[in-house]
Amino acid sequence: MTKKIKNLNLNFGPQHPAAHGVLRLILELDGEVVEKADPHIGLLHRGTEKLIENKTYMQAVPYFDRLDYVAPMNQEHAFALAVEKILKIDVPIRAQYIRVIFCEIGRILSHILNVTTQALDVGALTPSLWGFEERETLMTFYERASGSRLHANYFRAGGVHQDLPKGLEEDIAKFCETFPKIINDLESLLTDNRIFKQRNVDIGVVTKEDALDYSFSGVMIRGSGVPWDLRKSQPYDCYESLEFKIPVGKNGDCYDRYLCRIEEMKESVSIIKQCLAKMEKGPIKSLDGKISPPPKAEIKQSMEALIHHFKLFTEGYRVPKDEIYTAVEAPKGEFGVYLISDGSSKPYKCKIRAPGFSHLQSMDYLIKGHMLADVPAVLGSLDIVFGEVDR
Amino acid sequence: MKSLEDLEKKINSELNTKINSTEIKHNQIYIEIDKEDIIDVALFLKTNHDSKFRQLIDITAVDYPENNQRFELVYLFLSHEFNQRLIVKYNIVENEVVPSLTTIFPSANWMEREVFDMYGVSFKDHPDLRRILTDYGFEGHPLRKDFPLTGHSEVRYSEDQKKVISEPVKLEQNYRNFDYESPWEGTKYIKEEIENNDKKN
Repeated sequence: MTKKIKNLNLNFGPQHPAAHGVLRLILELDGEVVEKADPHIGLLHRGTEKLIENKTYMQAVPYFDRLDYVAPMNQEHAFALAVEKILKIDVPIRAQYIRVIFCEIGRILSHILNVTTQALDVGALTPSLWGFEERETLMTFYERASGSRLHANYFRAGGVHQDLPKGLEEDIAKFCETFPKIINDLESLLTDNRIFKQRNVDIGVVTKEDALDYSFSGVMIRGSGVPWDLRKSQPYDCYESLEFKIPVGKNGDCYDRYLCRIEEMKESVSIIKQCLAKMEKGPIKSLDGKISPPPKAEIKQSMEALIHHFKLFTEGYRVPKDEIYTAVEAPKGEFGVYLISDGSSKPYKCKIRAPGFSHLQSMDYLIKGHMLADVPAVLGSLDIVFGEVDR
Repeated sequence: MKSLEDLEKKINSELNTKINSTEIKHNQIYIEIDKEDIIDVALFLKTNHDSKFRQLIDITAVDYPENNQRFELVYLFLSHEFNQRLIVKYNIVENEVVPSLTTIFPSANWMEREVFDMYGVSFKDHPDLRRILTDYGFEGHPLRKDFPLTGHSEVRYSEDQKKVISEPVKLEQNYRNFDYESPWEGTKYIKEEIENNDKKN
């Protein structure tokens, strides 16, 4: 006698703590083995690209904070660079250092969140408690520089909005001294932990070829042994003058990706230290009055400054007709902006290339043949944030 | 190929009938082709030893409603080996079906779904052409220039029916689009008015 067995369809999310946001993952299960995974995304779609087409270049910046909301400034950076290249303006050196410092802070913010929540997904609670304390400190730095903990709106085409307040540089330097100890503490909890290794080693293996075919970038491609980092290969701002290493994995599994992230955090600390040491006093945004707004004090004295201020905050600056693709190495991978300007003060089109989008689309390939319990582990190591996937 | 200029020459000589024009700017190569050739060009770029554009970074479309060929499709490629970026473009009319790249680049799957969702461009031989970012049962293609910023419908929880309902958008105030063009530089309509007056005189 034969019996027909039907596969089970399971809805993972959209309200599931291990889905890292609003992911609806439809799994087809044969017993406990996943046969097929179909991610349904778009539950957090806010029409960012459409909105940007209707805003001036300066008003578009805050939308980038709301994409990958655990590392907001890295994305502002991509947009700022794109506009700067079209406008052909130079960024003062101090502004470049400030931007790099905050990008690396963003990288640490994102990696702490990812490493600790990945641990949480596979059953370890303590790392997230320890890690989030550090995130709190870092977000205070964000707040002191920009006025807000998450949605900074700090980078501008031509520099940054304001100079760092008094004492912030010293406090960031202090943090750089204490933070490596926290990374070591996290590592002591996870790196050799038997349960953590059992849940991550040889899970979600990506080969070099597949990493290329599926358009992986960032840690996802480095974990598979491709030494590719845009900060090194296509350096922007002052990355060229800084020394740092690129951690590369060997096996391309979840565990290697975890190790890469830990090492990257250490590199980020060293980058921040170098920037702080090299930084000098100076202007923090482009001196071109047609692009950066004048200081408040000057508006009270100078008629021209007043006109500039008024024009910049009503019409905004105009950007000549051109098109460009600019990418930065965001914590999650290659974050790109494909910008088309038409000579007016609003972008004609602004396509956002989010790394998580192509990572998540390979979910079916990654999870096929794995157990149901491996789904959160793989999802955790993909480092998905729905703000950027859904846009 | 080491330099972009060499690569440009190489592409022009190897694919000469398929390339309409090439241009180097911002350290990237921009190539214009015809719709029919996209598969051949993509395959050449991916497999040729002198280009090795192994990664398809993104696919997108641009809407120019005033043009006869309304949509421009844009493909962004990256070569890790030679550290180069390349952009391939072609124009199509509305409702034209274009070839899918999913057999060459598996990552094209969702990117093409997104273009379909946002612009309504259909891809031939795509394995699974569904909407991706918009809601289940959504109508229209939001990134087209003739789609209003506010959209057509909004959802809310109805206390009477005890469920989430969708209804046409009602705004307290319409979206305002101010004309900020500085009068002393002369806005378009002022310029036109002056020109017309000159002609009359």
